[in-house]
Amino acid sequence: MANPLLQAINLTKRYGQFTALSNLNIKIVGPKCVGFLGPNGAGKTTTLKLFTDMIRPTYGHALINGVDVHKNKKIALSMVGTLIETPEVYPSLTEKEALFMIAEIKGVPHKFLERSVKEVVNKVKMKRWLDQKVGKMSKGMKQRINIAAALLGDPDIILLDEPTSGLDPRGMSEVREIIKDLKKEKKLIFMSSHLLSEVSEICDEVALINHGKLMAYGPINEVTSRFSNGRTAIIEVSTIRPLQSSVIKRIRKINGVRGVDILDTKRFNLRLFGGIDAQQKLLESLVKLRIGVISFKPSASALEETYLSVFKETV
Amino acid sequence: MEKLNLGHKNIVPNSIKQVLTMLKYSLLDYVGSRRFFVLLIIVAIIAIMLTAVMAYFRPADSLASPLSFYSNWWGESSTLVIILSAVFFGGDAISGEFQNKTGYFLIGNPIRRSAIYIGKWLAALMASLAILGVFALITIGNGLYYFGLSGLPSQFLEALLFSIFYMVSALGLTFFFSSMFKSSTVAILTTVILLLFAFSLIQALVANLAHVEPWFIITYGAQIISNVLMNPYPPHVSTTSVHSAAGSIASSKAISITTYNASIFEGLMILAAYFLVTIIIGPILFERKEFT
Repeated sequence: MANPLLQAINLTKRYGQFTALSNLNIKIVGPKCVGFLGPNGAGKTTTLKLFTDMIRPTYGHALINGVDVHKNKKIALSMVGTLIETPEVYPSLTEKEALFMIAEIKGVPHKFLERSVKEVVNKVKMKRWLDQKVGKMSKGMKQRINIAAALLGDPDIILLDEPTSGLDPRGMSEVREIIKDLKKEKKLIFMSSHLLSEVSEICDEVALINHGKLMAYGPINEVTSRFSNGRTAIIEVSTIRPLQSSVIKRIRKINGVRGVDILDTKRFNLRLFGGIDAQQKLLESLVKLRIGVISFKPSASALEETYLSVFKETV
Repeated sequence: MEKLNLGHKNIVPNSIKQVLTMLKYSLLDYVGSRRFFVLLIIVAIIAIMLTAVMAYFRPADSLASPLSFYSNWWGESSTLVIILSAVFFGGDAISGEFQNKTGYFLIGNPIRRSAIYIGKWLAALMASLAILGVFALITIGNGLYYFGLSGLPSQFLEALLFSIFYMVSALGLTFFFSSMFKSSTVAILTTVILLLFAFSLIQALVANLAHVEPWFIITYGAQIISNVLMNPYPPHVSTTSVHSAAGSIASSKAISITTYNASIFEGLMILAAYFLVTIIIGPILFERKEFT
């Protein structure tokens, strides 16, 4: 299987005088999860709609695996799962019928229909309601069906527009687990979200957009470091063993570390001065301390700081 | 969690197969919907009322012959059933995809919008035919009661066939208007006003006052349904002079009223033209409309 590819070339969408998206150029290659962040009206949903041919570009191209979505939608979307806004399903159809419809449209072979639907339904934990009419379901249940529909046909690329919208905390957590599993299955996931903790937890990369313009795109570490230039980045570290106070003292002495905030016995936040190089050196130093580092990532608060920094500057 | 690996590669079906998929599930949606049962009840009420009136009053002109029976029953009421079906199933068929957001569930998939349009149109046609079929069965049931099996005139079968043509055409028109608007209410109101009132009014004004044959109006073409049940078939043009009520005939001003009747061929051509134009332009409008 070739590397999944999402690419926008000078992608622009105007509504009269209003520019919803301005010359977006982005290339996302390979299996990964990319969080798409920005304030309301920034152009996130517009971008996703352009990638699904729900709207036409004023100019520019939205390419999926090298195929222009607007010019050849059927081929471009053949291996794509989408969830844009909060779709409604024909209310008189049962969950099973609605998913069969999408599976048949996507071309899931007839002999695999039942099994495909069963698997996605198991994933979103909606097996019990297979024969219930969708019109009688809650918003959260409908959103689970929408996610199941996006997963049908085993797509290489999944486009999600605020996938946890309308779900209760348990549902949100389950969707996050589903997305993490999809990452393991080597899929490219491009998801917009307002939940920075969610993006920080799930995604490898982040794209920041405002007023229709791409402000930054890259690995979360890199983006948070770039915008923490001259400021303090926050790194969340988890260890396999509980930390001793003597170790904490040694960590405080590492070059660039401005403070250590203990979250629990095996988890702490480091406030670090410097960019990506400083992070690399910090990780090396921690490994040398033999404290059993099992996780080293910018904390959600780091992404939040970056977000606030970027979007404060553009207002 | 179990990995989705079914050891197969999806091949997106061609548009004809996707039309059939849309037909199947849209029909399930229509038949399972409340509006199907509401329309069925409305049609049943119309039929029961006609049955009761026929049984109680035994109108002489209706029961004079099988042809006059079917003319009074089917000729007068079948177009109402057709228009109701077209509005119920076609009025918001496309606009609802925007307003109710059901389009968001479909459009992001590898399917052309025209396939969705045609599939839904075919489903609406089948649901409408089911309703018309129920009305036809009740009509025939009454006809058999009064005239027996031998009293089923061949003209009724022609009228039934023309009714199906009108249904095809009217559904084309309602889908066309539904694809013009994103609001279901506006789409439904437009089609109701046009099919129930506006077309008939324009037809009367154009024929009677301008003395021009209203060959461009769908309801004019649909008159073949009732006309075929008349013996003889009404003339293409007839003019009647009407004198004003006040004063003597000699001093009053005569107003001539012209009545046009489409020939069967002409009527079929009008219905076909409406169908062809709307079934071509409707999907184009839907393709061009954006899910903003």
